Amino acid sequence: MDINWHSFFFLLVALLTCAFALAVVISSNIVRMAFYLVLSLGGVAGLFFLAGADFLGGLQLLVYVGGTLVLLAFGVMLTARAPLVSMKTAPGQWVLAAVVGGCLLAVLLQVAWSVGQWAGPGRPGVLEEEAKPTAAPLGLGLVGVRVDQLDVDRRADLTEKEKKAREAGMSGYLVAFEVISVHLVVVLIGAAYLARAKRRVDAPLARPPQT
Amino acid sequence: MFLLTEPVGLMHYLVVGAFLFVCGIVCMAAKRNAIGVLMGIELVLNGANLNFVAFGSWVLRDEGTAGIGLDGQLLALFVIVLAAAEAAVALAIALNYYHTHSTVDVDQGDELKG
Repeated sequence: MDINWHSFFFLLVALLTCAFALAVVISSNIVRMAFYLVLSLGGVAGLFFLAGADFLGGLQLLVYVGGTLVLLAFGVMLTARAPLVSMKTAPGQWVLAAVVGGCLLAVLLQVAWSVGQWAGPGRPGVLEEEAKPTAAPLGLGLVGVRVDQLDVDRRADLTEKEKKAREAGMSGYLVAFEVISVHLVVVLIGAAYLARAKRRVDAPLARPPQT
Repeated sequence: MFLLTEPVGLMHYLVVGAFLFVCGIVCMAAKRNAIGVLMGIELVLNGANLNFVAFGSWVLRDEGTAGIGLDGQLLALFVIVLAAAEAAVALAIALNYYHTHSTVDVDQGDELKG
């Protein structure tokens, strides 16, 4: 039996990602939840690599695991009281959340299974092709030069109308890039201002926490 | 079902994305810690990102379909940046909440006055 190694690694990384995501939900210790989230998002980066999005996988590791989750860890440390008070949700609320989540999962899985083309194993021999690096096409695509769609004319599976529409819509994402750059600057300045050190309310807890 | 000898298709990625999304929703709904709710938001966004990348992946694309190509990865890039910005603001809000209420329990934030 010759194992398809791509599928083997996909199965391994996907199971790890889902297991750690479930551990985030189940765990009640906030520090452990943060660590399981780090591992789960690292698994998502691995899934990005397996899908051929190498630049995005690296970006996920850099920005999410190395940036956003470190921010989250700082938040955990700054808002933790010693001893770490564990806030447990009532079991009734867990049941309700699990029922709603289960229904949503059933609907999403049914949709994922319904389209026949999606269940297909992909083009035969695609894994023997050389992996195309995506950093340069992404950068050029942001500006407007879509080097990934240069062969629109030669594709046999598109009609003439689709080819025309595709060439007309071959646009870049420069405006969106500029907008989110400015947005990021504004948001980070605002967040830094919001989170500045203020005179702390030193009163004890207003009322005892409901168990 | 899925054997080790078959190549992976788009559906398998959508299943993982859906599972992450639902885990995030349950986390957002059922956690009392405000930082726990933020972790749920991160899981939701990553589930959606996985869907975007899967639809735009040249490895998973079926024979006759065109797919969305590089647009999927570009959209996922924007989602990552926006999620980082939103996590920063949400943490600033959580810190303010902690400064005024001396706790990070969201169940105790049921009065409108700050």
